[in-house]
Amino acid sequence: MATSRDEVFSKVQEVLTDALGVDDDEVSAESTLQGDLGAESIDFLDIVFRLEKAFDIKIPKGELFPDEILNNPEYVDGDKMTPAGLEKLKQAMPHADFSKFEQQPDVSKMPDLFTVDTIVNYVENKLQVA
Amino acid sequence: MRWIWIDSFVEFTAGERASAVKNITRSEDHLHDHFPGFPVMPATLIIEGMAQTAGILVGEARSFRENVILAKIRRASFDDFAVPGDQLRYDAVIETIDEQAAVTTGVVSKNGAPMGKVDLIFSHVNQANKPPELPDHNFVFTDQFMDLLATFRNNNMSGTPSDE
Repeated sequence: MATSRDEVFSKVQEVLTDALGVDDDEVSAESTLQGDLGAESIDFLDIVFRLEKAFDIKIPKGELFPDEILNNPEYVDGDKMTPAGLEKLKQAMPHADFSKFEQQPDVSKMPDLFTVDTIVNYVENKLQVA
Repeated sequence: MRWIWIDSFVEFTAGERASAVKNITRSEDHLHDHFPGFPVMPATLIIEGMAQTAGILVGEARSFRENVILAKIRRASFDDFAVPGDQLRYDAVIETIDEQAAVTTGVVSKNGAPMGKVDLIFSHVNQANKPPELPDHNFVFTDQFMDLLATFRNNNMSGTPSDE
């Protein structure tokens, strides 16, 4: 049976309240994990493990949060992503909304791509494929 | 310094679960200050006891190839004190383990009755992903920890009763 977007959102919300110690009402679709919800690096791994359990899915390393793109010098120029880097990131994260980020692709703004909606989109895609 | 907060393993099922005990004695230095006249085992050290039990379980599951670092305390809740004379038991179970990390769940019991829960996340740190400030050798699983597991295995292989 297909899981509705609301159901996915509410499970994701529960994952995030447990992983980050925040209240339900702090977790809205637009909340950014780092900026709004205070996630630190290890929390991203915690979130992945909890999502795997909550939805019975397997999330390969770097698929939901492809942070390794930043380690490639071809994709980063100073504090900005190169056009090739941006393109690579968009391919790697079809589940993210790039409309703001691509106007000013500062590396420091990359965490803003990781919103609650990004996770909900990712999980929805994953459940459709499965 | 001996930084070891479990006395012995009483059960060890490789890759799955481990149980260790810790007998709290009045001679432990920290109890003189925590608190004067009212010695209580600090919750942080109870967490450390669980981290050592679960950490050795996780390390062994991958043949101690990596350093196993406590990365996050997912949950730590206690509803009782532990004082000199009490025996704590740490029951740790591996929930998830992969090349990056491991998640464990755990129950802390005092004299046979559950008194808390401690769930942890460990990171696997190896030569490839090690921050430069960490040493090259395996700095987590020192002899004092390996001896604990070796003692349990020797006792169980020779049929000697465990400490429980």
